[in-house]
Amino acid sequence: MKRVVITGAGTINALGLNVPDTMAAMQNGRCGIGKLEFRDVERLSIQIGGQVKNFPPPERYNRQQLSLYDRFTQFTLDAAEQAISQSGLVFSGELSAKAGVVLGTAGGGVSTWDDNYRAVYEEGKNRVHPFVVPKLMNNAAASHVSMEHNLKGPSFTVSTACASSNHAMAQAFAMVRSGMAPAMVTGGSESMLCFGGVKAWEGLRVMSRDACRPFSANRNGMVQGEGAGIFVFEEYEHARARGADILCEVAGFAMTSDASDIVTPSKAGAARAMKGALQDAQINADQVGYINAHGTGTAANDKTECAAVADVFGPHADRLMISSTKSMHGHLIGGTGAVELLACIMALRDGVIAPTIGYQEPDPECALDVVPNEARDAKVSIVLSNAFAFGGLNAVIALRKV
Amino acid sequence: MSIQDQVIRILAEQAVLEPSDVTMDSTLEDLGIDSMGVVESIFAIEEVFDISVPFNANQPADSDFDISSVASIVAGIKRLKAEQG
Repeated sequence: MKRVVITGAGTINALGLNVPDTMAAMQNGRCGIGKLEFRDVERLSIQIGGQVKNFPPPERYNRQQLSLYDRFTQFTLDAAEQAISQSGLVFSGELSAKAGVVLGTAGGGVSTWDDNYRAVYEEGKNRVHPFVVPKLMNNAAASHVSMEHNLKGPSFTVSTACASSNHAMAQAFAMVRSGMAPAMVTGGSESMLCFGGVKAWEGLRVMSRDACRPFSANRNGMVQGEGAGIFVFEEYEHARARGADILCEVAGFAMTSDASDIVTPSKAGAARAMKGALQDAQINADQVGYINAHGTGTAANDKTECAAVADVFGPHADRLMISSTKSMHGHLIGGTGAVELLACIMALRDGVIAPTIGYQEPDPECALDVVPNEARDAKVSIVLSNAFAFGGLNAVIALRKV
Repeated sequence: MSIQDQVIRILAEQAVLEPSDVTMDSTLEDLGIDSMGVVESIFAIEEVFDISVPFNANQPADSDFDISSVASIVAGIKRLKAEQG
């Protein structure tokens, strides 16, 4: 089996339009959540989110591109450009033939659906733009990345709600590890911050009206975000041979299914996924220094996740750090694991643990070191990134310092 | 139909019970309505009474709408209707 490393990273999210700005915001515990701005927002009872502002800049995409690129594709293309450019890879010849792109999204072109339903239902129009279908399809972003960067290997989109990008990255990792592809572009993207997207979430009654406060006793729900995180996963020797800057190693992963409930999380399913990732990476539980939590800020997730961590790590659960950066960038649904991977890279590479901000009151059911409110300097060599989706589908990735 | 009878009908349907099995003292737990069932019941109440019920599933106890029994739900609806004018 081959070793797999990350040689490029890119992002667009509420904290920043690139990786350095996002990491700086995480380090400073800055909150990217604010008042939502879009049509009909006044008809929503939830009016906050981690919305990406000032993107795309004027002329970033031309008129023809905008007729094909939903916002989730725009985020993806920009983040992919950043990641591939950082990696220094140019996809041509055999590399181009074997390298592909596997991305996660839960909703795909949600605002394209929303805009066009509004046009035909509310405004009574009988005609929509000819490219509505290729614009909204869940694989649009992956396809445009493949076209833009000449990626001709295995390419597809994974959709497992809030675990989509972790499932996608696990898939890309498996492909590089097996020798099937020398490099893969992977990650995820989401853009549900439009009237219909937020209205649907309101219905579940799990959204907070004021802030995302994971693990805090007074937490009152999740806050949605939007954006993308894209990475270049590359075979270790391939990266070394060309002198690439290695951000960290992807050490292993595991996926599990709760097979129990469509929305309520299961401690056992989450614990099996974390344990499986440790086994796959051949890591002892006490080597893990930091976990980037799923940490949605809902009553159900946070206590279940903490109980699962306690189960898997035993006494070491009290020594490791676990934080939820959703408190800063919101929950990016299908793109969330990808943006959260940046906090893992920052922990391994820079020795800075991103905080859980908005933390106000300890909760005995979440009695772990959640790195409250302020980032911490700490040397860690192994980290985990958790994602637990509606539908009971879990994916955990283990990363190692190189 | 009175508010009380309509609430009983909504909860009975959610719990797959006969309306006669639902009393004013019943709690949602007694009726076997779980957290998803609660959210669906509140949706049905909002639709039937044309009101907006302030309810957050993360902190049912802190919500400004008491769902501890059929009677408290009926009282909550009456208050919301009155506030609506």
